[in-house]
Amino acid sequence: MAAIQRRQFDTLIIGAGGGGLRAALRLSEAEASVAVVSKVFPTRSHTVAAQGGMNAALANVSPDNWHWHMFDTIKGSDYLGDQDAIEYMCRAAPKAVYELEHFGVPFSRLDNGSIYQRAFGGQSQNFGGDQAVRTCAAADRTGHAILHSLYQQNIRAKTHFFDEYFSVDLLKDEEGHVLGALVFNIMDGQPLIIEAKTTLLATGGAGQIYRNTTNAMINTGDGLGMALRAGVPLQDMEFFQFHPTGIAGRGMLITEAARGEGGYLVNGEGERLMERYAPKAKDLASRDVVSRAIATEIREGRGCGVNKDHVLLKLDHLGEAVIQQRLPGIRQTCMTFLGIDPAEAAIPVSPTAHYTMGGIPTNRHAQVVVPVKDTPEEAVYGLYAAGECACVSVHGANRLGGNSLLDILVFGRAAANHIIGHLAENRYHRPMDESSVEKAMQRFQRWNKNPGQDGESVNVLRHELKTVMEKHCGVFRNEAVLREGVEQIEQLAERVKDAKIEDHSDTFNTARVEALELENLIACGLATMHSAFARTESRGAHSRMDYPERDDKNWMRHSLYSLDTGLDYKPVRTKPVSVDSFPPKPRIY
Amino acid sequence: MTVRFNIYRYNPEVDNEPYMQDYELEEIEPGIMLLAALLKLKEQDASLSFRRSCGEGVCGSDSMNINGVNGLACITPLSELKQPVEIRPLPGMPVIRDLIVDMEPFYQQYRAVKPYLIVNDPMPEVELRQTPAQRKKLDGLYECILCGCCTTACPSFWWNPDKFLGPAALLQASRFIEDSRDQALDERLENLEGPFKLFRCHTIMNCVQVCPKGLNPTRAIGNIKKKMVKKSL
Repeated sequence: MAAIQRRQFDTLIIGAGGGGLRAALRLSEAEASVAVVSKVFPTRSHTVAAQGGMNAALANVSPDNWHWHMFDTIKGSDYLGDQDAIEYMCRAAPKAVYELEHFGVPFSRLDNGSIYQRAFGGQSQNFGGDQAVRTCAAADRTGHAILHSLYQQNIRAKTHFFDEYFSVDLLKDEEGHVLGALVFNIMDGQPLIIEAKTTLLATGGAGQIYRNTTNAMINTGDGLGMALRAGVPLQDMEFFQFHPTGIAGRGMLITEAARGEGGYLVNGEGERLMERYAPKAKDLASRDVVSRAIATEIREGRGCGVNKDHVLLKLDHLGEAVIQQRLPGIRQTCMTFLGIDPAEAAIPVSPTAHYTMGGIPTNRHAQVVVPVKDTPEEAVYGLYAAGECACVSVHGANRLGGNSLLDILVFGRAAANHIIGHLAENRYHRPMDESSVEKAMQRFQRWNKNPGQDGESVNVLRHELKTVMEKHCGVFRNEAVLREGVEQIEQLAERVKDAKIEDHSDTFNTARVEALELENLIACGLATMHSAFARTESRGAHSRMDYPERDDKNWMRHSLYSLDTGLDYKPVRTKPVSVDSFPPKPRIY
Repeated sequence: MTVRFNIYRYNPEVDNEPYMQDYELEEIEPGIMLLAALLKLKEQDASLSFRRSCGEGVCGSDSMNINGVNGLACITPLSELKQPVEIRPLPGMPVIRDLIVDMEPFYQQYRAVKPYLIVNDPMPEVELRQTPAQRKKLDGLYECILCGCCTTACPSFWWNPDKFLGPAALLQASRFIEDSRDQALDERLENLEGPFKLFRCHTIMNCVQVCPKGLNPTRAIGNIKKKMVKKSL
């Protein structure tokens, strides 16, 4: 075989969503040489689908400050979030929004010309008081507006893009220094070694492990799979967010902004169901609470429709003008997929897989950290992670709406800041470890040959994975169901080793890409199911029928799952940077 | 319900030339989109290749030519299509494989209009102000998803792909020309002068007809022309 082509950069960024592009922009402006590798053209990344907005205590509408936002985020996380990282994020939020505005993001505006903010779930004034109006929005296309503006600024900054290149695996030497990655050009199937002094994983979440999901088909947890195979454990993977309002049975997201603008949920008996579950915040309780409420209504026979399998989201009382001005995107989606105009009729919705709270463990500088002997958080040389693939952890057991765009922008930038320091101190590339290249090449080439005659197809295994995750690791969980789930997912992990694909061509071979993605999905499924089985309490999005209470004494700690050694745990960072800790309290909305 | 398809196939590694292949799908659920049907076909024939991601018309990946009209497969209801459903790659672009075209010429046009906000003054510590009325001018411009349906449906682009910037790039130019915060109006207008870049638009309006987001590049181009006239007076 001909020698594999090699390129050298200061920094390799894998993933071109908001996190990757924010980091790339900062680094390009600092005159670092940056390669951004993305399996899709950057503006097709899933950030584009974010709708409702981005939280920052700008106080444009209601009195606000970052400390209140910090409290809400910690409470929302069900006290599993790391308080130093949360303080850092909430303090940085206003600046992150102003920067975006300066980059050209077309935020909606208030009459005085400042950025429009709307109400979102779990947001309060004065540490649990009145509803805060904190979520900065560009209609209901905020992610689109942000992603396109960031890509545009990267065009200006002349960032180097490798569009439609798929990342196979991280490359590292025996001491564990990360040296870059093996990638390949999807267009012609040719592998490429990208050597980098620093590598940032910004590959997004793994929502495709579930059948019914708001996530794009590209959200296959590629960075999570790469991390696991490189020996990095995944943190808190049992915490997977189900968004309360996906279109029932289809999965398209209906933004929380629909409720923020005044919409509400109704059950089969025509009752405003959230009044019973969250008397004060009602429809703007945090997402885990609302999703459980809907799931409970459906379980107890108070759903809507022939099969009583959904509830209704009512917006028609808001008037067409408000809907067209504030929610034009979901209006279009409803008309396209349901033939329903939300200005006239209610939208059928049900809880839908949405967001990976867990991920690659990092500190607040976005450095990937792993336990080494007695130290729970030792930085991995040269490796960073930011955004949904990372677990800082600012979302803990449940993410608040509007904190995900904030996360990617704040920690994408934080990663770049730390990388700039690293590059100043580490001026030369370390020598490449050829055995690491060989190992990555084996994974890449594995799909060129079919090991067994009767190997199963990628499609069959992927469908089965999604079904297993949905049945055994959904909104409500218990030991028996999870035990079966663990068995089945372990079997899938074995069966994929013999799986086969029929197409071995090199030109834009999407079958091979899907096979590599399946391996990553199964790795994420393993981490999620095992972590969920082991956690015998209910906290945030992890809801155990057999252990309905939160157990701070035994479980206020982060799960760490690795492929070789299984589960391990580390403490929550309860000490903020500069203010007092928020100790755990009962969580009432 | 059974649906018949006739799909453009070409893999340069094995095919000397492109050909059309017949497919059939049985027992299709009512109400599905074309993308769902293509994904089912791909389960039967893994070699059938196309781009896709969000499945709800916001990422712009699955643009293709459907019964002669450009559109996004994920928001095109299958039941509304005449059979056999004839699917081809976007016209006027180099084909990489099957329904996948090389979008690079399209992205070059996009980059050529400097699609980013230019502000020369020092930035304030907070946001630049913009009234709701000023912001409203960006509606219908900023929502473009770069799917390429409009540009590859434009005869002026087919005739002068290397000289005419095409509707999508010109819509982007307009998005910044209309932005009250932008300080490069003169430069942007000068950049579009000459007989080709902008003025090859003959208001054929194919772009308006096919835009899956309901945008109107022809109107945006008209507004740029007006601004140019105003500037020359």
